[in-house]
Amino acid sequence: MPPQRSRVRVRVYPLGDTALLAELGTRLDTALNTRAIALAAALQKRRDVRRAVAGHGAVTVQFDPDQITHDALAAAIRRLAGKRPPVDDPGRLHRIPVVYDGPDLEAVAQRTGLSIERVVELHGRPIYRVFLVGFVPGWAYLGPLAEELVLPRRATPRTQVPAGSVAIAGPETGIYPLASPGGWHLIGRTSVRLFLPDSDPPSLLRAGDRVKFFPLAG
Amino acid sequence: MTPALRVLAPGLLTTIQDRGRPHALASGVPPGGAMDRFAHAAANLLAGNDPAAATLECTLSGPRLVAERACVVAITGADLGPRINGDEAEMWASLALGAGDELAFGGRREGARAYIAVAGGVIGDRWLGSMSTNLMVGRGGMRGRALAQGDVVAAGEPLAGLRPGRRLREDLRPNYSDHTLHSIPGPHPLVQLFGITFQVGRDSNRMGYRLDGTPLDAPAAEILSFALVAGAVQLPPDGRPILLMADHQTAGGYPVAAVVVSASMPVAAQLAPGDELHFASTSIETALEMRAAQRAALDSLMI
Repeated sequence: MPPQRSRVRVRVYPLGDTALLAELGTRLDTALNTRAIALAAALQKRRDVRRAVAGHGAVTVQFDPDQITHDALAAAIRRLAGKRPPVDDPGRLHRIPVVYDGPDLEAVAQRTGLSIERVVELHGRPIYRVFLVGFVPGWAYLGPLAEELVLPRRATPRTQVPAGSVAIAGPETGIYPLASPGGWHLIGRTSVRLFLPDSDPPSLLRAGDRVKFFPLAG
Repeated sequence: MTPALRVLAPGLLTTIQDRGRPHALASGVPPGGAMDRFAHAAANLLAGNDPAAATLECTLSGPRLVAERACVVAITGADLGPRINGDEAEMWASLALGAGDELAFGGRREGARAYIAVAGGVIGDRWLGSMSTNLMVGRGGMRGRALAQGDVVAAGEPLAGLRPGRRLREDLRPNYSDHTLHSIPGPHPLVQLFGITFQVGRDSNRMGYRLDGTPLDAPAAEILSFALVAGAVQLPPDGRPILLMADHQTAGGYPVAAVVVSASMPVAAQLAPGDELHFASTSIETALEMRAAQRAALDSLMI
């Protein structure tokens, strides 16, 4: 199907006097994320825009108020968002080996009523989309997760999660790039490094990339 | 680039900071940079530098430094009681240090972060286009860490013929004693935010401030993470707001009730744990007028 020329409703909110949030939608949705990434790329080309970063379904835009007003930029964003979205470029595919032996694997199996084997199978089957790189250096929000695996975050976050931990929470999965506190359920680990401080950009994954996990026999 | 200042004592937390690395946001790297951009720019302009040059950001208790060579310096931001060879040193002015002169700080009188600019610009490790120190990752500035005893801070070549004695007029300096943070309601506004006096929590740092006060009614709704900006006031489920500062996490899914305007961020940067503050709702127009006034103050150093 060719991309629809449907009019997208954009909500624009100020983020102080030098930034705004352009919200295209609030669902976890690949098409929405594609639009957000395309909008951020189009905005980044403007001289009056300092930085445009796509979130799941919104774009955060830092602009120069000496060059454009909030209202004029909001109008320009509505025009851009109404344009035909580009065909989603499939993004680079990263294959990531996982040893499924995380400390929460059993609890996840219990809470979802699935066997451990089934949890591993469901987690390793999809090709996930990188919706957003952010939070901490190199962290990527990957999804959507199989519905059977959707769980709220842990009630009490861990104070220290080891780097390389593969985790799930809500409709998403991710890999901790650095040892840090964290509230996601840890189901496995990988040796792949997501944060590459000596590279520019310093993140292995970029928004729009794809990720496939494969299990290493334990 | 030559050695300029040797560290006799580092103070509580002294780091090399410039204007940060905002282009690395899309990789999840905090933008970083000087917390008080006004004081940082003023220090550089007084020292004859590009306002984007790196300076030393000194937190709560300043360092004790000795000049390795004659240099012109400027101290701005928090009043941590600067002294040169034991005598009170003027702030918001360019000063001459001779080789062997000692710059030290007697104690905090107002604010939280002082900036020391050195003519020629402080030189540190550059990481992702910026010399700013990122303590979490351990990159930039002085090998990715705070200054330590025995370090030698290098500076670029100053302009020939630079003379001390330039100063920022007193009425153009920020009023750090007024802890009103002018803010524009955000995507998830909460009127309640504007009626409460908060205290900066102990668990506050360059990443952000936890704010203690009457807990707010945080909406329970989960939001898909989006890219954040410094000044954003996040509302986690416990109702204790978080004010994001220079080294903030780049994305998050908590509601953003308000965003502190750019002209109030220098005041926010000068708050220390225990200080009281309140948010005042303002318009974009008023925020831009405040911003223009600050710009004019810096412009007065460029004529």
